[in-house]
Amino acid sequence: MIKKLTCISCPIGCELSVSLDESGKILKIEGNRCPRGKEYAITEITNPQRILPISVKVEDGEMELVSAKTDKPVPKKKMYEIIEYIKKLKVKAPVKRGDLIVEDILGTGANLIATRTVNKKS
Amino acid sequence: MRRENVDVLIIGGGAAGLAAAIEAKKFGVKTLLLERDRSTGGVLNQCIHNGFGLHVFKAELTGPEFMEKLWEELGNLDEVIRNNYTVLKIDPEKKEVITLSEEGIVVFKPKALIMATGARERPLNSLRIPGSRVAGVFTAGVAQKMVNIYNRLPGNRVLIVGSGDIGLIMARRLKIEGMDVVGVVEIMPEPGGLIRNVVQCLDDFNIPLWLSHTVFKIHGKERLEGVTIGKVDENFKPIPGTERFLEVDTLVASVGLIPQNELIEDFVEMDAINRGPVVDDLMRTSVEWIFAAGNNVAIHDLVDFVYEEGKIAGENAAKYVLGEKLPEVKYRFERGDNVGVLLPQKFTGSQPFKMYVRSRKSLEKSAISFSGRTIRKFNWKIRPSEMIDLVVKNFEGLPKEILVEVNQID
Amino acid sequence: MKVFVIGAGITGSLITRELSKYDLEVHVIEKAPDIGWGVTKANSAIVHGGYDDPPESVRAKFAAPGNEMYDKLSKELEFDFLRTGSYVIAFKREDVEYLKKLKERGMKNGVTNLEILTAKELKEKEPNLNEEIIAALWCPTAGITEPWEVSIAAIENAQENGAIVHLGEKVTDIIVQNQRVKKILTDKGEYDADIVINAAGLFADEIAKMAGIGDFEIFPRKGEYILLDEKLKGLVNAVIFPTPTKKSKGILVVPTVDGGILLGPNAVDLPKDQKENLETTRDGLNEVYEKSRKLVPKIDLSYTVKTFAGLRPETKDKDFIIGATKVWGFINVAGIRSPGLTAAPAIAKYIAEKVLSEDLGLNLSKKLDFNPYRRKIPHLNDSNLKEWEELVKKDPSFGRTVCFCNNVSEGEILEAIRRGARTLDGVKFRTRASFGRCQGGFCSLKILEIISRELSIPLEEIKQNYENSWIIKGKVRP
Repeated sequence: MIKKLTCISCPIGCELSVSLDESGKILKIEGNRCPRGKEYAITEITNPQRILPISVKVEDGEMELVSAKTDKPVPKKKMYEIIEYIKKLKVKAPVKRGDLIVEDILGTGANLIATRTVNKKS
Repeated sequence: MRRENVDVLIIGGGAAGLAAAIEAKKFGVKTLLLERDRSTGGVLNQCIHNGFGLHVFKAELTGPEFMEKLWEELGNLDEVIRNNYTVLKIDPEKKEVITLSEEGIVVFKPKALIMATGARERPLNSLRIPGSRVAGVFTAGVAQKMVNIYNRLPGNRVLIVGSGDIGLIMARRLKIEGMDVVGVVEIMPEPGGLIRNVVQCLDDFNIPLWLSHTVFKIHGKERLEGVTIGKVDENFKPIPGTERFLEVDTLVASVGLIPQNELIEDFVEMDAINRGPVVDDLMRTSVEWIFAAGNNVAIHDLVDFVYEEGKIAGENAAKYVLGEKLPEVKYRFERGDNVGVLLPQKFTGSQPFKMYVRSRKSLEKSAISFSGRTIRKFNWKIRPSEMIDLVVKNFEGLPKEILVEVNQID
Repeated sequence: MKVFVIGAGITGSLITRELSKYDLEVHVIEKAPDIGWGVTKANSAIVHGGYDDPPESVRAKFAAPGNEMYDKLSKELEFDFLRTGSYVIAFKREDVEYLKKLKERGMKNGVTNLEILTAKELKEKEPNLNEEIIAALWCPTAGITEPWEVSIAAIENAQENGAIVHLGEKVTDIIVQNQRVKKILTDKGEYDADIVINAAGLFADEIAKMAGIGDFEIFPRKGEYILLDEKLKGLVNAVIFPTPTKKSKGILVVPTVDGGILLGPNAVDLPKDQKENLETTRDGLNEVYEKSRKLVPKIDLSYTVKTFAGLRPETKDKDFIIGATKVWGFINVAGIRSPGLTAAPAIAKYIAEKVLSEDLGLNLSKKLDFNPYRRKIPHLNDSNLKEWEELVKKDPSFGRTVCFCNNVSEGEILEAIRRGARTLDGVKFRTRASFGRCQGGFCSLKILEIISRELSIPLEEIKQNYENSWIIKGKVRP
C-alpha cells in the first residue's frame, strides 16, 4: 500500500509517497527532493520523532521563562511524558543560549538546551 | 531638539533591520538602528519554534537562537542600536527623521535610510464578524507573546481562527501548555501556512482543521462564551444548515499580516498588492536614498529571505553613502496570470538577484514564465501560502517590461 | 442638601459637574466600573445643529442651546470638539421639499444659519459624495466630539470641585416617605438623599419605578457601526446625513475627532429585556455598509478598524422626559436619545437653574471657589514638538511610547491610572491607546504590565472592562 506523508525536515514540505508491503516494510520512497526526505520517511513510518520547542521556568531571571528545545528529535509517543517532565523543571538565571538544561531527557538520547540567554534579574 | 547626522539610518530592529545593520557596518559607514520596542529582535524574541536559519546558517534554529546569532554578528550592539526610539515622522524634503525617546526629540539626518518596519497583525474585529465584543479575543502574535514572554495563558478552551503559520504554531503551543484546543477554522479551502506546520502542529496533536469554515458569530457577555462556526461556499458565503456552536472562552486569530508603511506611504511609490513600497533588486525604493527590506515590503514566509533582503539593503545603502554610483533599473516586472505578491518589482540586471512570487491559486504542476519564456518548472504543488523564490541570473534577451505568469502545465 | 445623580453617562456627568458649582453635597452613582460606559460609549458622537427636532418638543428646547455651549465647555474641560458642520442630503425632489421643512424647523428652534446648497456647491465642499445627490441642507454649527471624553472630563472636574464619585455601585432601591425622597440603597450601602436625579439611561424607567414613578417605559433601540481607518481622513469633511425617515436620522457617514470615518447607525427596536444586547449582526452591518455607500460610493470596507453596536434609550413619544415628579426631590432626566449628547450641557444647566432652584424652590448658592477648568492628559498629537520635549525632560515616561498607532506614552497611561483607570478600557478611553489600527495588538500587554505594576495587582486580575471580562487565565509555569 501507499502511505502519503509530508516531510517536515525543512519548510519546503515535499509530499512523499511511501510504498509498503503487507508486513509494513518500506519498499520505495518517492517525492523527496533531498536525502533528508528519505531519512524522514523511514523514521516516520517506524518510529516517528519530533524536535520539541518549549519553555522552562527561570528563577531570578529578567524573564520568567527561557525558550528551550530538544537538540535532537524525540519519539512522538513519548512527547506528552516529556512535556509533563519539562513543566516541572526550573533553571536559575543566568542561562546562556546553548546551555544544557537536561541531559538525555527521559532516556531519549536528546538533550534539552536553552535557546536564548536570560540574564539575572538586576 | 538635538540633531544627529548619520550615514545609514535603519528604522526597525527585527530580522531585516539587524541584517541591514550587520552589512552596512562592514562598509565602515556610521550606522544607527532605531527600534521602538525595549529591545531588538522583533518577533524572533517570541517565536520559540524551529524553522529559522535553514538557508542562512544551514541549521534549523529557533527564533531566539537566530536573533542572538544576529546580535553576535553585529558585535557591539550599543554602538549601533538605540532602543525605545519611536519615529514620529520622516521629512523627505529635508531628509530628516524625527524621533521621540526618553531623551526627548532627536532629529536624525541620514544620508541613506533603510525602512525595516515589518508588519502588524490584522485584528479579528476588522473582519466584521457579527456578535458581541468580548474579552478573550487575541491575535496569534499577542497570544504567543503572552505565553512565551509573559508566562501567561490567555484562557482555558480555544478556537484558532485562521490557519496561517502563526495560528498553527499557536495551536500546538497552547495545547502543549495545557489549553483545550478545539480546532482551527480556515475560510479558504486550503491551509494558509506551511504544510509542515499542519503536520507538526495539528496532525501530531490531533487538532482538527476545518477548511472552508469560518466564525459566523461571537457569543458572550463580558468574556467570550462560545462561537458559532459554519461552512462557506466558493464565494465565502455562509452555507445555511452547517452552523455549529463551539463552547470556547478564547479565540486566537491568525487572519493576516499587514505591512507597516505609514511613515513612507505618502511619498514613496507603493505597490497595492504587496502593500509595500516598489523596490528594485538593490532594495531601493522610488526615493533614491530610501531603501526597504523585510515584511514591510511584502509579507514573507521565511526569515531567511528577510535576512537576505536586509543585507542587500544594508550593502547598497552603505555604497550609496560612500558615493558609489549604483546601477540603474533597466527592467520592470508586470504581473500576469496568477501572480499575487511579487518583489522586487524592477531590477538593474547588473547581478543575479532573488525574486519572490506568490501564486494566487494552488497548482499541482506549474511553471513560472517571463513574457512567455519558461523560467522554472515546479514538480510539487505550488500554494499561495508558500512563496516561490527564484534566483534570476540570465538576463539575455529579456524584454524591458517582463510579464510574469505562473501557469498550470500538463 | 444631599444630591445623588444616578448614572455617569454624558447627561449624569454634566449634571454632576453643574451641581458641583453649588454648595451642595453632590454624589454620582454609576453601576459600571467606569464613566460613560453605557449609551454614551457607543453612538455617533455628533453635536447636532438642532434643526431636526419638532419645535414643540423637549428635545428642541435643549438641542440648539446645548450646541452653543460646546465651545466654552470644550475649552474649560479640554476635550476635543470640532465644528465640522453637517449636510442633510437629498436625492429626489420630495427630499428637497423635506430639506426646506427642516430649514424652517431649524429657524423655529433658533438655528438660523442653515442653507440649502445646490449639487454644484456641495461638490466643491464634499467631492466624494454620490454624484446623484441634487441638494443638501448645510448646517455650519454641527460638530463632532468624543462623548466618553466629555463625561470623563466633566466627572474629573466635578470631583475636583468636591463631588463624590461612586463607581461600580448599583442602585437597588429608593426610599420614599410622604412623597419625598429619603434614601438611596445600593449594592454597597445606603445613603440619606434629598434629591435624586435619575440619569440612568437605558434603565431610567427601572430607577423611576423604585421611587414609585411608573409613567414611562424605556425600550432599547440598537444601532450598529463600522469604524474605518484614519487613512481615509478627508473622505468627508462634515457629518453627512441622508434624508431622515420617521424612525431615525438614518445611517450616516461621520468623521471622528481622530480622523477616522464612522458609518452607521441602523435602527432596530429590541424588547425591553434586551437592554444589554450589544451584538452586531450580519444584516445590520450589511445595511450600514449599503446605506453609507449610497452617500459616499468610495467607501472601502477593507479599511475597517472595528465594528460595534450602541443602544439608544427610546421612549414612546421619542422625546426627553426631564423634570420634577410627584415625588419631591426625584427628578427624571430620561429618554435621552438623539440629540442627547448635544443637549446635555443645556440640560445640566436647566436642572440647576430651573428644576432645583425654581421648581423645587431650593435656594442654591454658588461656590466662590469653583474651578471650571480641567486639564486633559497631555498628548503628543495635541502638542508641538518643543512643548513635548520639555515635558519629556521633566518626566521621561512621556518619552516612552506604549501605543505606537496613536503615539500614546507611558506617562499618559500612568496619568490615566492616577485619574481612575483600573481596566484596559479605562486606560483606553482616557488615552486612546488601543484605539488605533492595530487595536491593541502591540500595546495591550504593555498596558497590562503597567497597570499591574502601578496598582500592585497580578496580571490575571486586570479586566478588559466589566467584572467578568477577565483577560489572562493564569501562569504558564507557576
